[in-house]
Amino acid sequence: MVYADTHDHAHGGHGPATGIMRWITTTNHKDLGTLYLWFSMIMFFIGGLFSLVIRAELYEPGLQFVTPGFYNEMVTLHALVMIFGGIMPAFTGLANWMVPMMVGAPDMALPRVNNWGFWILPFAFTLMLSSLFLPGGAPQSGWTLYPPVVLQTGPSLPFVIFAIHLMGISSITGAINVVVTILNLRAPGMTLMKMPMFVWSWLVTGYLLIAVMPALAGAVTMLLTDKYFGTSFFNPAGGGDPVLFEHVFWFFGHPEVYIMILPAFGIISAIIPTFSRKPLFGYSSMVYAIAAIAFLSFIVWAHHMFADGLPLPAEMFFMFSTMLIAVPTGVKIFNWIATMWRGSLTFETPMLFAVAFVFLFSIGGFSGLMMALAPVDFQYHNTYFIVAHFHYVLVPGALFAIIAAIYYWIPKWTGTMYNETLGKIHFWLSAIFINVVFFPQHFLGLAGMPRRIPDYAIQFTDLNKISTIGAFVFFASQFIFIYNILRCALFRKGMAKASARVWDGARGLEWTVPSPAPYHTFEDPPEVDDHEVPWLEHSAT
Amino acid sequence: MLTLKRAAGRAVATAAGIAGTAHASLQKDAFWNLPSGVTSLSREEYGLHMMAFWVVVVIGVLVFGTMFYSLFAHRRSRHPTPSNFHENTTVEVIWTIIPFLILVGMAIPAAATLIHAYDTRNADLTIKVTGVQWKWEYAYPEQGLQFVSGLDAASTRAAPLDSGVDPSSVPDYLRGVDHPMVVPVGEKIRLLITSADVDHGWWVEDLGVKKNAYPGFINEAWFKADRIGTYRGQCTVLCGYGHGYMPIVVKVVSQQDFKGWAAQMKHDGFGYTPSASELAAVTSDSDAGARTRAPVAPASTPAPATSAAGD
Ligand SMILES: [Cu+2]
Ligand SMILES: [Cu+2]
Repeated sequence: MVYADTHDHAHGGHGPATGIMRWITTTNHKDLGTLYLWFSMIMFFIGGLFSLVIRAELYEPGLQFVTPGFYNEMVTLHALVMIFGGIMPAFTGLANWMVPMMVGAPDMALPRVNNWGFWILPFAFTLMLSSLFLPGGAPQSGWTLYPPVVLQTGPSLPFVIFAIHLMGISSITGAINVVVTILNLRAPGMTLMKMPMFVWSWLVTGYLLIAVMPALAGAVTMLLTDKYFGTSFFNPAGGGDPVLFEHVFWFFGHPEVYIMILPAFGIISAIIPTFSRKPLFGYSSMVYAIAAIAFLSFIVWAHHMFADGLPLPAEMFFMFSTMLIAVPTGVKIFNWIATMWRGSLTFETPMLFAVAFVFLFSIGGFSGLMMALAPVDFQYHNTYFIVAHFHYVLVPGALFAIIAAIYYWIPKWTGTMYNETLGKIHFWLSAIFINVVFFPQHFLGLAGMPRRIPDYAIQFTDLNKISTIGAFVFFASQFIFIYNILRCALFRKGMAKASARVWDGARGLEWTVPSPAPYHTFEDPPEVDDHEVPWLEHSAT
Repeated sequence: MLTLKRAAGRAVATAAGIAGTAHASLQKDAFWNLPSGVTSLSREEYGLHMMAFWVVVVIGVLVFGTMFYSLFAHRRSRHPTPSNFHENTTVEVIWTIIPFLILVGMAIPAAATLIHAYDTRNADLTIKVTGVQWKWEYAYPEQGLQFVSGLDAASTRAAPLDSGVDPSSVPDYLRGVDHPMVVPVGEKIRLLITSADVDHGWWVEDLGVKKNAYPGFINEAWFKADRIGTYRGQCTVLCGYGHGYMPIVVKVVSQQDFKGWAAQMKHDGFGYTPSASELAAVTSDSDAGARTRAPVAPASTPAPATSAAGD
């Protein structure tokens, strides 16, 4: 019914409203996609500033700028802002823009919910960031919010908890919307196995979100009642157990890791075939690999808890299940490389970021495999080795995929080509300096530096200096990216116009509409031409 | 860059076999890598770490070698006409099965080490370790000794914002304590780890031990150091304001020196009389190394964090 509604509406032939009300009242998936992406850009900037406070303080031993308390607050907020404000809304924004256009739908299935889901976010983050200005400041517990230490937070704790509730509502509405759109609004002939891999990855991500965001909401609600209503879920004096929180949190937290990487897999699976001029290798094994990773993500959570003193059989189980994830992840990497193999490769900016993703994400995967071995994790756990690991999968992993996606699709969104030279400069600075930031951190962790400390022993000085320099240069290089986006989005006059197909190797329904994509696309469902789903043809070498 | 050069120089010295007093500064020697440490556990962990490292290096060289070859050889200027192949069941089955077999090969020794790490039975000496914001408390029920181990005075002076003291002038900055844990060499030490307030983590890399400390619960860990020396570590679980200022120092000494140290500590007023139940708990081997609920939980929710060493 929703479909019919939107359909009729569109025939009224109205474009967007004008002024600020366009953005506040919009139910258009493209407008909301744009809003999500700008929102995440602002959050990346704020979260980035927090990380610069951390890196500046760690430039040399001794405290130079902040107290240990404020340092801890930065540690907490940097992660919360980057994960819930940066990465996740960016992927939701990309889903908003691309999923309807990829499956041949006129809009998202639930447009008003879509508007609500986005507009919750600015309020959620205002609440969360206001914790910095309350007496006692933000929680000093890290984003994992472990009790009892998080219960020592002052009056800001309920602000942060309600912010997390709001973000959870936003994520779940977004996820439901994507899932319903994919399952109900596909154009006739767009069978499941014809869907682009980005759509597949978001279908699975949507289910993960729906399954685990309530676990997070439950965990933080229990914190709230433990602090204010005298319950003892996590208080041993009342029969509770702090480790219960860890179980519930990581039951959310590990699938969350894949929520932040599966859409990236989808993006890379779109970009590499385009610039290899060759169909994606192993389409169906890619789908099965995503499904396998999603399933495994529910049964590995306690690998974050190897030092907790879990019973030996539990420790064994979580070690083996975690190691297993390497198999489907390996399949994805091999398939991408096989896609490039004997293609006809060119290296425009999106492809550069995609190749860097394959290379650097794998380095994060390798350290992940090492720390899956529980007895060695006794040494790695809570050191900079872990910090290096998850930043490799989140920055040159998830973030590079988001950047690649924006370069890849922005000509479609704006009708204007970005500046390729600036794009390449942005790429090389990012790719080099992200390694300057995080590669030395492997050594710091192995040499014995714990994470989340504001100050350190003298022998860790040199590598910390290198890392800090890298962080500042990496942050500064992102302004090239922002300028490049602004050029496309705002100053379109006299710039190179993008064709409908944009990239000669691109396939998929989104490339059959003009650039910029009209405000309403696919008001009449499109024909799904075999040309757009090349992986269904029989191989001919 | 001074430290870096010194570390490199030290590595060369070690290779030449002239690092005579290496045992006193193991952590500094292991600047780029895990130390192999001084316990059987730390050496097994180190072995697994190096095995996993070489496995991923070999896989990485093969996979990325292939990728970079393709990036070079199949770029459009050299390879203008793309192939169209996009499936090959044989290849896909092979690259699913081979990684699986490699994983099995890694899992077996890892499981063996894990079992070893959980075997806390037959200890020669049991020490109770209690994390308190932001110090460690050590109790030796069998010796009737109990004391608090906090950040040493020199680091405490240098650590705060605007202290005016250059940290590099402080020996073992943030890694020194007033009263170290002292253990005899070659004896199996069992640790009963708990907390009086929030979660902490007890970690000494050279001993191969990292275990979290929870209020109301007791965790077990063990080590048997086979070299005399001083081994340093830190709290590894973010425990609030003073988390970065909770170092751990373990001095491994000869049996004789241990007895002398215990007598001296008694003399200095660190003696106490453990309860019968405490002694019984210490001498029993009831449980297989996992976490158990403590007989008495800390009384209440902890007080709000205020000041710390770093303040
Ligand atoms: Cu995980
Ligand atoms: Cu701590």
